[in-house]
Amino acid sequence: MNPIMQAPTIEYGTLAPMLLVFGAAVLGVLVEAFAPRYLRKVMQVPLTLVSLGGAFALVLVQVIMRGAPTEAVAMGAVAVDGPSLFIWGVILVLSFVCVLLVNDEGHFVASAAAVPGSADEEEAEAAGGAHTEIYPLLLFAVGGMMLFPAAHDLLTMFVGLEVMSLPLYLMCGLARRRRLLSQESSMKYFLLGAFSSAFFLYGTAMLYGYAGTVSLPGINKALAGGALLDPLLLIGFAMLGVGLLFKIGAAPFQAWKPDVYQGAPTPITALMASGTLVAAMGAVLRVFWVGLGNLDWNWRPVMWAVAALTMIVGAVLAITQTDIKRMLAYSSIAHAGFLLIGVMATFDKSQQNAGSLSAILFYLLVYSFTTVGAFAIVTMVRDPGGEAGHLSRWAGLGKRSPLLAGVFAFFLLAFAGIPLTSGFFGKYAVFAAALASGSESGDSLGGWMTGLVVLGVVASAVAAFFYVRVIVLMFFSEPAADGPSIAEPSMGTVAVIAVAALVTVGVGIFPQPMLDVAHQAAANLFIR
Amino acid sequence: MSSLWLPILLAVPVLGAVVVALLPKGADQVAKQVTLAVSLVVLALTLVMAFQFPSAKGDRFKFAAVYDWIPSFGVHFGVGVDGIALVLVVLSAVLVPIVVLASWHDADGVRTADGTLITPKRSVKTYFSLLLVLEAMMIGVFAATDIFLFYVFFEAMLIPMYFMIGSYGGAQRSYAAVKFLLYSLFGGLLMLVAVIGLYVVAGKSTFMFPELVGAIQDPATQKWLFAGFFIAFAIKAPLWPVHTWLPDAAAQAPAGAAVLLVGVLDKVGTFGMLRFCLELFPDAAKAFTMPIVVLAVISIIYGAIVAIGQSDMKRLIAYTSISHFGFIVMGVFAMSQVAQSGATLYMVNHGFATGALFLAAGFLIARRGSPHIADYGGAQKVAPLLAGFFLVAGLAGLSLPGLSSFVSEFMVMTGTYASKAHGSGALTVAAVVSALAVILAAVYILWMVQRVLNGPTAEPVKAFKDLNVREIVVLAPLVALIIGFGFFPKPLLDVINPAVNQTLVNVKVDNPAIAEKGAGQ
Repeated sequence: MNPIMQAPTIEYGTLAPMLLVFGAAVLGVLVEAFAPRYLRKVMQVPLTLVSLGGAFALVLVQVIMRGAPTEAVAMGAVAVDGPSLFIWGVILVLSFVCVLLVNDEGHFVASAAAVPGSADEEEAEAAGGAHTEIYPLLLFAVGGMMLFPAAHDLLTMFVGLEVMSLPLYLMCGLARRRRLLSQESSMKYFLLGAFSSAFFLYGTAMLYGYAGTVSLPGINKALAGGALLDPLLLIGFAMLGVGLLFKIGAAPFQAWKPDVYQGAPTPITALMASGTLVAAMGAVLRVFWVGLGNLDWNWRPVMWAVAALTMIVGAVLAITQTDIKRMLAYSSIAHAGFLLIGVMATFDKSQQNAGSLSAILFYLLVYSFTTVGAFAIVTMVRDPGGEAGHLSRWAGLGKRSPLLAGVFAFFLLAFAGIPLTSGFFGKYAVFAAALASGSESGDSLGGWMTGLVVLGVVASAVAAFFYVRVIVLMFFSEPAADGPSIAEPSMGTVAVIAVAALVTVGVGIFPQPMLDVAHQAAANLFIR
Repeated sequence: MSSLWLPILLAVPVLGAVVVALLPKGADQVAKQVTLAVSLVVLALTLVMAFQFPSAKGDRFKFAAVYDWIPSFGVHFGVGVDGIALVLVVLSAVLVPIVVLASWHDADGVRTADGTLITPKRSVKTYFSLLLVLEAMMIGVFAATDIFLFYVFFEAMLIPMYFMIGSYGGAQRSYAAVKFLLYSLFGGLLMLVAVIGLYVVAGKSTFMFPELVGAIQDPATQKWLFAGFFIAFAIKAPLWPVHTWLPDAAAQAPAGAAVLLVGVLDKVGTFGMLRFCLELFPDAAKAFTMPIVVLAVISIIYGAIVAIGQSDMKRLIAYTSISHFGFIVMGVFAMSQVAQSGATLYMVNHGFATGALFLAAGFLIARRGSPHIADYGGAQKVAPLLAGFFLVAGLAGLSLPGLSSFVSEFMVMTGTYASKAHGSGALTVAAVVSALAVILAAVYILWMVQRVLNGPTAEPVKAFKDLNVREIVVLAPLVALIIGFGFFPKPLLDVINPAVNQTLVNVKVDNPAIAEKGAGQ
């Protein structure tokens, strides 16, 4: 041991995108503290958008000018490798798009502290109050989303997890309409999230006890030579798994998703359904591959069962939903199951690795864009009391606003994985990777991978039923006499929907450029 | 050097669809005219291409064009036609303009002779642009020489048909549309697994069909992949016991869409069996021959018996089609040249015959407002022309000699009867049992014709007007084709036979002409 404390070396250039987002978040807090009320929004919106755009530009510069680093930075705490940079890019674009939605009027409460329905609330609303804190909060969440999948040791990952989650808990409670539902969702998400964080931390401690280090490659090294049935290891790995699977909403840890997605303000739901899922999936990949790679005979069968259960639970329970946001939540659970198939395909010992990793990165990209587009449309269909959540309210929408309903139907078909949409190629890439990995000799699951893909296909067919049901409602049913109104969309919302639709169509017809990007990102795999 | 014929054939309807969709609101008449013009251009191009086919270059797939589409997945935009694909492309191109004309007023809000509204007014340009999109996909699905591209068309073509049934169909339309979509989608997804499996196991990093023929040698693998493809095609065709979506979909679809659904879309199933199931997995196809032929015979008899009991004209026609598809499947799996050529010819003839029957029935229904046979009677006296066309179409449905279906049904039965592909006599029994359907066909068609056309004229039927010029233009070409190919099927067979021979070579079945002389297999 070196008795002298050394100053840590930080590679500022490599970490610049993340640092920029965090820096802008801190600046945003200062704006809240010092700027007069009427100036805050005017200052916050450009600050947020510029920092997110700038961070994205920095990611591009990093990729084009210097290429992905091959060593972990910041004293081995953060790994800015190809997959990290890809995930950062996706998250930054998604959060930029979500800010455009947040920026729209009418989603957020005037005064969060006021009791719903009280005089205080009315007063705040009449005074035109607004929580501009939402912008720095969102930036902190985005910063956390960037750190979470890039963390190279479990403690840094935990910090990332918390920085990502805490602002989200808060933002879930800020919906303007249906305040009680929103507060309930915030509370549920917070309590369950706190539990899952505790699991994660406890698992980290156990693994530290086993390996003597929290660094992911260190744990893997310890696994290579150590006992694989050590209780510390098994308990630690199980608890870590619970914490991570909670975040992606895999069954049996999916119960929070529908409630939270339904109650949260829709722009925040869009951010959670896209950005959080992408970040958490990245973290799952890194932990199970870099950290627990040598334990694959233990975790892959468990993951098999989780993936199967997640797909089935997501697809089957979605059928019974009557609220559009809850339905999309269950759809997101089913898609998490498809992604887990990809995670399992990613781990095997041969060349396929890069192919499978690029498949899952590609899936994350196409799925998250379509999701944001779908939620953006949900914000536009409104009743007097807020968004028209109940599915029956969507009846006949295709007759009254054919364009909007058409685009939404297109997103739904993409979720269902119909060819000539991006969702099809995402699903194809993941299934192909899984079948390829299962057919290699020496794969620990072999033919079971084929079984999982068949299960995935059956789940897709079940899922198609509820997507199609919404299309039936919109196009083949007569509109209700007092149907919902379609909000005049702001430029921001139009831009969001346009971007999402362009990605869904473009990648659906010419997926090759995006596949190339994903392939390059995955070419050198994770830093080990 | 890639030929541009097929890419152009695909591009023209797509561009037409975009133009029609972008027309301003209220330009219904223009939308119809543009659609008709586009579909006629496609027909003209297809016919020119078809006449050049015998002299065109290329071994098996002529007018071939191959471009890289998704190199990472080994996917190409590969198109080309052999004789089998060509006749089906021509069938699609012939039926579309006829359907356009037949559906001229379908989206305007259909009124019966006494003025009651059957279907309300709906978006005209959406209907016709969906129709053109569907045409492009129908041509694409038959012309694809890349298996992935075939799959893309196979699945994507469900969507326009889904909207045509769901938005423009009868009272139960949304139920029927969803049932249609879910059945087909489920089959398609199983096929997707098999498509990926084929790619992975073959290990050739390409989806081009010619390169994948013979790539899978292991018999067990062949069986699994065969099953994935076959279930999808059996649902599409449809074969008993996965046929139940067809009567609902065909009965609820507007008559024009029903023609394309039964006449062309379902042929993708039988075409896929002949092209993909047989050639890619020959050992599995031979191993599964008997179970499949049994299913086909059940379809033949079951479809015919259930058709007799139908009270709804469109459902009746749908069930007769299930019976006919049984014949086609039996012919495909009989593994003899005569039976397979007959099956291919049947695909074309069935398209014309059933198309004519659906359209004639559709004209009756548009006048009376009811698909129920019991609501008619004595139509012959008030609308002799309509009755005449209905009768000829019906007779084609029961394969009367002299009409085109007879040739193909006869070929399928004799080819199956004589086939030695599966040991001694098993297929012979199948052919003999299936011949019973000929009698049943006479019952279901003639009984329907009798109840609809003959007898005392029912009160509402008296108000019927006979066919107008548009309706005659719709039915006359179909009836001409039915009679023409009934007496002179040679042009079609000349195109089909070489392709079928090639198929049999790839399946490694000796040409039955030799087999019958005792060479065995």
